[in-house]
Amino acid sequence: MSINSSATNSATTLYEKLWQQHIVEEKAGETPLLYVDRHLIHEVTSPQAFANLKFHNRPVRHPERTIATMDHNISTRSIKIDAAGEGAANQLRTLEKNCKEFGIKLFGMGHKNQGIVHVMGPELGLTLPGTIIVCGDSHTATHGAFGALAFGIGTSEVEHVFATQTLRQTKAKTMKIEVNGTVGEGISAKDIILAIIGKTGSAGATGYVVEYCGSAIEALTMEERMTICNMSIEFGAKAGLIAPDQTTFDYLEGKEYAPKGDVWNQAIADWQQLKTDDGAEFDTTLSLKAEDIKMQITWGTTPGQVTSVDSVVPSPDDFIDQVEKDSCSAALAYMGLTAGTKITDISINKVFIGSCTNSRIEDLRAAASIVEKYQAQGKSVSSHVDAIVVPGSYRVKEQAEAEGLDKVFSAAGFEWRLPGCSMCLGMNDDVLKEGDRCASTSNRNFEGRQGRGSRTHLVSPELAAASAITGHFVDLNS
Amino acid sequence: MEKFTTHTGLVVPLDAANVDTDQIIPKQFLQKTERVGFGQHLFHDWRYLDVSGKENNPAFILNKPQYKNASILLTRENFGCGSSREHAPWALEEYGFKVIISPSFADIFYGNCINIGLLPIILTEDEIDTLFVKSANENIEVTVDLANNKISCADISFDFSLDAFHQYCLEQGIDSVGWTLKKIDTIKSFEEKMPAWQ
Repeated sequence: MSINSSATNSATTLYEKLWQQHIVEEKAGETPLLYVDRHLIHEVTSPQAFANLKFHNRPVRHPERTIATMDHNISTRSIKIDAAGEGAANQLRTLEKNCKEFGIKLFGMGHKNQGIVHVMGPELGLTLPGTIIVCGDSHTATHGAFGALAFGIGTSEVEHVFATQTLRQTKAKTMKIEVNGTVGEGISAKDIILAIIGKTGSAGATGYVVEYCGSAIEALTMEERMTICNMSIEFGAKAGLIAPDQTTFDYLEGKEYAPKGDVWNQAIADWQQLKTDDGAEFDTTLSLKAEDIKMQITWGTTPGQVTSVDSVVPSPDDFIDQVEKDSCSAALAYMGLTAGTKITDISINKVFIGSCTNSRIEDLRAAASIVEKYQAQGKSVSSHVDAIVVPGSYRVKEQAEAEGLDKVFSAAGFEWRLPGCSMCLGMNDDVLKEGDRCASTSNRNFEGRQGRGSRTHLVSPELAAASAITGHFVDLNS
Repeated sequence: MEKFTTHTGLVVPLDAANVDTDQIIPKQFLQKTERVGFGQHLFHDWRYLDVSGKENNPAFILNKPQYKNASILLTRENFGCGSSREHAPWALEEYGFKVIISPSFADIFYGNCINIGLLPIILTEDEIDTLFVKSANENIEVTVDLANNKISCADISFDFSLDAFHQYCLEQGIDSVGWTLKKIDTIKSFEEKMPAWQ
């Protein structure tokens, strides 16, 4: 990474433009106050915020700018509200009550628009370029794929947005991550972002807003761009951004909540200005060649502990920094791995295809196409593997079923489930057992994330699908 | 929020980097709709040998008798990474922590701490190393003086910096929502100028 001196010319970055356009008040001695255009909420991080509003007898300032869904702890086997246990049901019913009381639109159990909050927002056209979008969930960075400044917030901030439609934010530093060239066969957006995190480390972008650019990023579809921006938080970034372009506009046009008619035309004219000016300076720059990116897999307990599928499990001796050495040792112990083991020799017994990172229709198509290739050779899910596919929303589910993807998965021995966050964080009953080893298309491989003592390897949908069938990781390019 | 002025307390050294919020408060404890009841589940998977949290893990530093009343957590880089769950600072606060000292914090976690009056202090790697070495040899008490942005421990003291408004909020214990609601006219005039698509 190269560090530049801070910008001195008038050319500005996309982040600075979004920042400037949203300043409600900037006053000496106070953290700047920014306007929030869209507030997405779910059952887990909102109840205490609503309770505090009620305690102070304050209304939600703009219920129409607030959209709720149920995703984090819902069952993926039943649309019944109490199917995932008493605690979950209480939280879901609390959200229902609060939305009713404060006049907030809720996509509840079984609603056609229900889905993981970061899948639902974009597919309905609630996510628009040039907006500030917040949600009490760290993967809100996903929406940055549209050129929106989007970031996760805590419950005190959820309350602040409810009451004021604003937030206080300190300005972040800027980082440009440029990926130029053309990725190789079978290399997905997940591999690109994991490769980036491998270069920066798990905290490489703490304090920064990242803008992804370069020809390999421009070539991505919106769904791929969402996978990239989704994982910005996994290397510490406040937000990830991709400048909106024709791909963005084509995706949004006609979506249920996207602007229509003259307003749409005005929006396009405004959104076309949303790009970093030539000559604008970033605080830090990182460049990758798309051709160098191989299929990625995490071996440790942070997303930065990642390598390519054709390599081996690293050793603490491979690191110079003492903290990294210690982290490597601790991760190998937790993951039950021995340094030097070929990645493709690691067996798994669980597969999870889903999460706000990789549960959109293109992810499911990619996974299904791998399954079909193996099926053509008469192969199905390995007898010692349990594999589940969890679509990101009801709309994704409906589309996948219209294309027959559910049948491809089911015929090969995958379980086709109902939408939700599911095993990404295991707040419902989709939890791994101690010692389970999972190929997961989700975003976090933290200790215990998918269940106490469970071992998570983050991979692309393609690699997850192939691993389910072979029972171990495979180098699809060999 | 309570006002923060000075605090003197026992330091517990948690020698781990990248401690994520899933570790601080695992997901099975996030189903509460109240603001309390998280302290007993702090660091659950490290702190307890069993799933139900009845059997203490004697090897985990917080369970060592000499740290029973610790109120200052000393830790390594990137503390609080991962999920935005404010339940993590709630759990730390309810357990009894007033201050967390680290070479770096994840952004969302840092903001969440400020918002509830739990003071996150950033020191340099060398200063952190000094405190780890010192705390390995003896129980150390540290005094945090917010007004002077100084922490001291016997014969050593370090300066730290804080955003001016964050400092003001902590010192005054302000209700940040109430503070912003006083500016409602400024917010309204911003809204009047917004384009239709926004």
